Amino acid sequence: MNPVHTIVAKELRSAFVSPVVYVIAAIFLAIVGLLAYSAAANSSNQAIRLMQIQNTYAQLNLNDMLFRPLFRSINLILMIVLPLLTMRLFAEERKLRTFELLLTSPIGVNEIVSGKFMSVIIVYSGLLSLTSLIPITLSAYATFDWRPIYLGYVALFLQGSLLISIGLFASALTENQIIAAFLSFGCILGLWMLGALGGIVGDTTIGHILSYLSFSEHYERLIRGLFNLKDILYYASGIAFMWFAAHQAVDAYRWK
Amino acid sequence: MIDVQHVTKRYGNATALDDISFSINKGEIVAFLGPNGAGKTTTMRILTGFMPPTLGTVRIAGFDCLETPWEVKKHIGYLPETPPLYLELTVSEYLTFVGRIKRLSDDQLAERMDTIMTQTGLADVRGRVIGHLSRGYRQRVGLAQALLHNPPVLILDEPTTGLDPNQIIEIRELIKSLAGSHTILLSTHLLAEATAICQRVIIIHRGRIVAVDTPEQLGAKLRESETLSLTVRQSDPDLLEALHQIPGVIRVSQGATAHTYLLDTQMGRDIREELTQFVVSRNVGLLELKTQPLTLEDAFKVLTQTDTSSGPSTSTPGGPH
Repeated sequence: MNPVHTIVAKELRSAFVSPVVYVIAAIFLAIVGLLAYSAAANSSNQAIRLMQIQNTYAQLNLNDMLFRPLFRSINLILMIVLPLLTMRLFAEERKLRTFELLLTSPIGVNEIVSGKFMSVIIVYSGLLSLTSLIPITLSAYATFDWRPIYLGYVALFLQGSLLISIGLFASALTENQIIAAFLSFGCILGLWMLGALGGIVGDTTIGHILSYLSFSEHYERLIRGLFNLKDILYYASGIAFMWFAAHQAVDAYRWK
Repeated sequence: MIDVQHVTKRYGNATALDDISFSINKGEIVAFLGPNGAGKTTTMRILTGFMPPTLGTVRIAGFDCLETPWEVKKHIGYLPETPPLYLELTVSEYLTFVGRIKRLSDDQLAERMDTIMTQTGLADVRGRVIGHLSRGYRQRVGLAQALLHNPPVLILDEPTTGLDPNQIIEIRELIKSLAGSHTILLSTHLLAEATAICQRVIIIHRGRIVAVDTPEQLGAKLRESETLSLTVRQSDPDLLEALHQIPGVIRVSQGATAHTYLLDTQMGRDIREELTQFVVSRNVGLLELKTQPLTLEDAFKVLTQTDTSSGPSTSTPGGPH
């Protein structure tokens, strides 16, 4: 068995024994479900009103009315929920001293970091796939363009992976899970704010750099259904950078 | 098998290890003895490749810890001070995980699992969650973890701390049974433990090696200044002075209570019989006479003194024990 698979299997086992994952999944799915429901109810209200005014059958664009706001809201929820999924990754190992076992075994730091990262990605992908019930259910009652939905899910996956890699790094810095969660929460918030700052600075080089660094504009483009290699590259490089940072943090632990 | 040359470890400005060198032959059991904070754990962490030394070289089974850490890790089984256990896993799940990160093949793992479960007495609890096990069982799981890949070198950091007397004996027996086929370095802060199971003792104090010797010779050195503790029923103001007159007594001091006296006696001279007769003849009611077990601190005092037999008679007594 490949050592990365070993770590992944162990992480998944540990994750699903503890109630944390179930609680997080339940809260996440409940909020997403509620948001989807209210967005759908709102759209149908608007459709009825429009019919009353125009006296004709009105077809609303569900992509605009429902899915794009929903994807934006899910992003917000992820910013809070994913740090809670990643906080235990390394912090717990440090606290329980099991880190000494890992670091004195013939297994590379890169394999440990990759295994931990992949295990959370798997849990997160599971959560995402459960939310796909929303567009599937809606497709029975309405017609909409599937392409932005697909790309929306690509965006969600990439966005989630980026947030997880930030959490991974934060968890490697401390042995306190709460501090790890707040650290990653802070980093994510800071990255998000960069986008807003870029907007304020405006159409200058610095403004562009700031907006580019933030995930907001890349995520926004993807959920609008615009596929751009630049945005994919942004996420890929962001994840790679955070993975590397986590690797360095783990490696540095032994030098202390 | 283990070769440590001029290893120094500094944490910032604090020096944890100061130029220590020692080597351990194949099949030996060696104790690393020292009080808390002496540098035992730091040395062990350097040996296992967990952290690099600031200066010096470490070779395990011929492999350098810095140049070929991979090989070193394959040849070492390490039980840290706190057993590295995942409390949410069952014993067999945990050991399977350990076997895989130690790079055992599935066949090897299956075979070693059975051996190790019997060896460490874990067969009955293999399906239990580690978090629900007692301290003694957790320590055994920790030991099983270190032994699982059958490493030629075992590094055990205080393997008997926190166990009850029966468990301590069991673990010691287990460690002894591994001698010969394994090279073992274990740390402890108990002098008795070091002398009970080890062929050689390395005494470390404040990051320096104070003494390397066999338990017998160490014991002989330490016995040079034996302390007797005497307890009587009646208090006698003159007794302290009178005890001084007994031949062989170097120094007398008051013990924890007014009825207890501590007597430092000359090396190699057993005065217990004369002492008993003397006390009985004075009719003060002899309640207890025993040799004071040497604490580690006393041992250090003895070992670091250049001339033990002529220690200053005005030095403070070891204190109540």
